[in-house]
Amino acid sequence: MAKTVKLWPPLTEEMVIPLHIGDQVLINGVIYTARDAAHKRLLDLITAGLNLPFEVKGQILYYVGPSPARPGRVIGAAGPTTASRMDVYTPTLLQLGLKAMIGKGRRSPEVIAALQQYKAVYLGATGGAGALLSQCITAAEVVAFPELGPEAIYRLEVRDFPATVINDCQGQDLYEVGIRQFARCRS
Amino acid sequence: MRQVHVHEVMQAVKEAVITANYELGADMVAAFERGQALEESPTGKEIFRQLLENARLAARERIPICQDCGLVVVFAELGQEVHLVGGDFNAAIQEGVRQGYKEGFLRKSLCHPLTRENTGDNTPAVIHLEIVPGEALKLSVVTKGGGSENASRVYLLKPAVGWAGIKEMVVATVQEAGAGTCPPIIVGVGIGGTFERAAILAKKSLLRDLRQANPDPELAALEAELLAAVNDLGIGPAGLGGRVTALGVHLLMQPCHIASLPVAVNLQCHAARHWEVIL
Repeated sequence: MAKTVKLWPPLTEEMVIPLHIGDQVLINGVIYTARDAAHKRLLDLITAGLNLPFEVKGQILYYVGPSPARPGRVIGAAGPTTASRMDVYTPTLLQLGLKAMIGKGRRSPEVIAALQQYKAVYLGATGGAGALLSQCITAAEVVAFPELGPEAIYRLEVRDFPATVINDCQGQDLYEVGIRQFARCRS
Repeated sequence: MRQVHVHEVMQAVKEAVITANYELGADMVAAFERGQALEESPTGKEIFRQLLENARLAARERIPICQDCGLVVVFAELGQEVHLVGGDFNAAIQEGVRQGYKEGFLRKSLCHPLTRENTGDNTPAVIHLEIVPGEALKLSVVTKGGGSENASRVYLLKPAVGWAGIKEMVVATVQEAGAGTCPPIIVGVGIGGTFERAAILAKKSLLRDLRQANPDPELAALEAELLAAVNDLGIGPAGLGGRVTALGVHLLMQPCHIASLPVAVNLQCHAARHWEVIL
């Protein structure tokens, strides 16, 4: 039976292991954003043995490139981008202790295996609901790579940010299970 | 000959990109409402509720519908009795995009393909120009998101595969796209022409209002067959499983070479943003 769980990062293994596919999570506190270009920069820093601009251990990464904030607003639209473009970078970050990612769309078998190995989860937020999701963001600040514009790393403060567990530590995949339930074969 | 000043073109494009990004079309809102009623999955119903709320919120609070404010594609139908004056037509479109994305607080999502350096102003837009009879200039301005564009495909099929082969490739394209392309989607299909023409037909088919049937009854029947096949995949809203994977399939077709069967599938996420202006 799916449950609703409030999460406050930094997350520990004990907080992540009980999460199962289909569970709803409401995230509160600080999360970090990163898209393709930021991931590449992070991996370059790791390869060079340099420090990362934030502590990855226990954190949640949100795959998003927000639209600019109007004056007086915290942020523009801020929905998830396609996660598969980050697959190639993800296992390295999981090895460093990243505990969750928020995106949309399927992950690679390598990422799903790494989630089991390092005890972490992949969360889905509703793609294309960028205006709605922006309402859960109470503060936003660029913490690295400002030259990347919308692809910079932001530190976001969120309140009850809603997401669904798509891949859990047991190797399950909500997309597969959900689609199997509704697929029809006609010949 | 009727004169149209390119400044009007610039202004129209600027207003179109802003309007498209904040106000989802009435056809899409109606399709979400219909989808919410048809969808059997409770999760799917909830996704439709979120999409309706998102559209309302975007229009009311002036927040873009989606943070991916798109690459601008302009379909321009230029009446041959129109004389464009006052400057460069192409530059006017690009200036409209530049000003619209800046003043509208829209995300600039274009970059150099190799260095990945952002162009900073969301230009250049892609322009498809067609000369038509008459003295009007029609601009159809599309702001196309990257996720659904990435999952689009062009196939050069063997003519022997026929309709069954085309159907198989359309369904396979949607299946492969899965949740990443933000379902419920609209599937634009272009059949015939050449390698590039099929792709343009597929994209152009997406301009049609979702509430309007294909004017060609044969194509309308083929669209219905494709829609049923795509929805049998069970991908559902947000890819979480459900009956409504696509809100519509749009088809445009033209003759092709006797050796060829070009088929293009241009997927459109539910943030289907386009705005038409006639000058």
